[in-house]
Amino acid sequence: MKFGQPSTLPRWAQLTVLPVLNLLAALLVTGLVTWLIGEDPWECLQLLVSGAFGSGEGIGYTLFYTTGFIFTGLAVATAFHAGLFNIGGEGQAYLAGLGVTLVVLAFDHTLPPMVLVPLCILAAMGFGAAWAFVPGWLQAKRGSHIVVTTIMFNFIAYSLMLYLIGHHLIEAGSQNPTTREFGQASWIPAIHQVAAGMGISLPSTPLNLTFVMALLACGLFYLLVWHSRWGFQLRTVGVNESAARYAGINVSKTIILAMCVSGALSGFAAINELLGSTHRMNVSFTNGVGFVGIAVALMGRNHPVGIILSALLFGGLTQGGLELSFEKPVITREMIIFIQGLIILFCGALENLFEPFIAGLFKRKEDK
Amino acid sequence: MEQLFSLLDSTIRVATPLVLAALAGMFSERSGVVDIGLEGKMLVAAFAAAAAAFVTHSPWLGLLAGIMASVSLAMVHAFVSVTYNGNQLISGMAINTIASGITPVLGLAWFQQGGNTPQLDDDSRFHDISLPFADALSNVPLVGHVYSKLLSGHSILVYLTILIIPVVSWVVYRSRFGLRLRAVGENPHAADTAGVSVARVRYIALFWGGVLCGMAGTFLSVYQTGSFIKEMTAGKGFLALAALIFGKWRPLPAVLGCLLFAFADALQIRLEGVDLPVVGQIPSQAIQVIPYVLTVLLLAGFVGRAVAPKAIGVPFVKSR
Repeated sequence: MKFGQPSTLPRWAQLTVLPVLNLLAALLVTGLVTWLIGEDPWECLQLLVSGAFGSGEGIGYTLFYTTGFIFTGLAVATAFHAGLFNIGGEGQAYLAGLGVTLVVLAFDHTLPPMVLVPLCILAAMGFGAAWAFVPGWLQAKRGSHIVVTTIMFNFIAYSLMLYLIGHHLIEAGSQNPTTREFGQASWIPAIHQVAAGMGISLPSTPLNLTFVMALLACGLFYLLVWHSRWGFQLRTVGVNESAARYAGINVSKTIILAMCVSGALSGFAAINELLGSTHRMNVSFTNGVGFVGIAVALMGRNHPVGIILSALLFGGLTQGGLELSFEKPVITREMIIFIQGLIILFCGALENLFEPFIAGLFKRKEDK
Repeated sequence: MEQLFSLLDSTIRVATPLVLAALAGMFSERSGVVDIGLEGKMLVAAFAAAAAAFVTHSPWLGLLAGIMASVSLAMVHAFVSVTYNGNQLISGMAINTIASGITPVLGLAWFQQGGNTPQLDDDSRFHDISLPFADALSNVPLVGHVYSKLLSGHSILVYLTILIIPVVSWVVYRSRFGLRLRAVGENPHAADTAGVSVARVRYIALFWGGVLCGMAGTFLSVYQTGSFIKEMTAGKGFLALAALIFGKWRPLPAVLGCLLFAFADALQIRLEGVDLPVVGQIPSQAIQVIPYVLTVLLLAGFVGRAVAPKAIGVPFVKSR
């Protein structure tokens, strides 16, 4: 299904100029709102940028948030390539957290890190994939709409986790709905610890080796989607399901597998958060990471390079936004959610809105 | 008996915003435009209504502000879906995200209460109103009980909603606009050939959807809690969407779905911590999850089959 006005620009301009214009439009609206509530947008932007990238610590936190967003962005993009809109990244990451927690609580005092951590990753991928499998299966075999099903699955995941954490996984004697602290064996080493081992001193941040996995995942994603047989099937199903069926591609299988891969990728967001930073699970650990993934994938146009850049943007917005809220109490985390919404609107729903305004520029160049 | 009445009474209260939102979704989806932005529209309406009611001390101006805020988001959705032929799901998602971002930002800047609005005083809220003769009839068995305990003593918005249900039903099935609405949602090309402006019908449908969502949001903030609270819609928009699917995109069954979900909600609050025979304590989450599981089962065709309007989600491009 093609949406919006078709673009006539050269491909490189579609991939660079339009997203930048859309981003600028989103920031312009944000600036307007900032000005309306009586703050200086320019000053806020400076504070935000310096909070996100101005110090080693800032950069560490920015990259930590970026890690989760890369994974959920890739997750949404995988489904998009098959023509599916997976809104369920949040629920899938949530359930992946359950998988991680169950493995850690069972084995963190018996297994060595070299076994435990890979086991946790497998559990996260498995649980995330399983939670995405059901909507995928329902879409492929029963024709129920993936968007509605994944929305419902987010709510079901939330209720399920609230119940499990509140009644079964809660730390004995604790008032807060969180699990006990995970054993050290399950902790994924932070980048600053790894660097210290090599004699480089970095500020202490939650940025951990999951970040390296995120970059590797981007490379794998590229190979899988554009240079593998399955990737070709995936994109064919996404562009034209009937054509794919005529070409002998098993559409149901492709859809189900795409959703499972998507869910497994979302699961890594839980790894980053639970094993890399908090080392315990509470009821709100996902904190919207699955929803940010939607904006990341849309802005990155479902390409790994774009996803890394837009995940970095959102990582910077999250970290810079936190710093900004210390300086300017009026501007809170919700401002970032607002920007995120605008980016979904401009980059996702209105992606070629500015095309008519700049199409003239490119035409004239070609004529000469 | 007393308990049953109070249970049904809170069912009506919980169901009202759900019914309004579900009917809003019905207008939009029957015209062929997917609306997962019900949640966001309700949220901005709740905020705008509470803010306006606080400043002007008039619940009616609050309602007006709520409707205006909700309609303006609905028009953004209409622009994306109808004028621009964009992806309606992504647009709905954007509306939800924008709503949960902008409301606390403006709330904090204007009222300095952590993103909420100040508690409204008595004059600026909608009140429970007693229907005539409610007191006199309260001693008549059954009929009197139902009249005075169940029907009387609700906000004007509840009574408006009860009036709106048959009106919407009539509009969709009996009026000229309703015929066009359904035609545009099932087969826009045929409707276009017959001289119906698809874009116009969809804009009008989304406009009324915006109005109804505005009322739903206002009900939450200006009547129920008396102030705007961050994320106060808490999934009600999606619950309404679930009820709409439950009702197979028809007004009366959708209302029934809302009442059912609301009843489950009211029941769950009362069952908290109560030991039942045989099953023991039921965790509240198990009841909360029922509407969502039901919707999934319905969509999958395991329990009946919910078939969406044919042209839903597909932008209409006039053939040349």
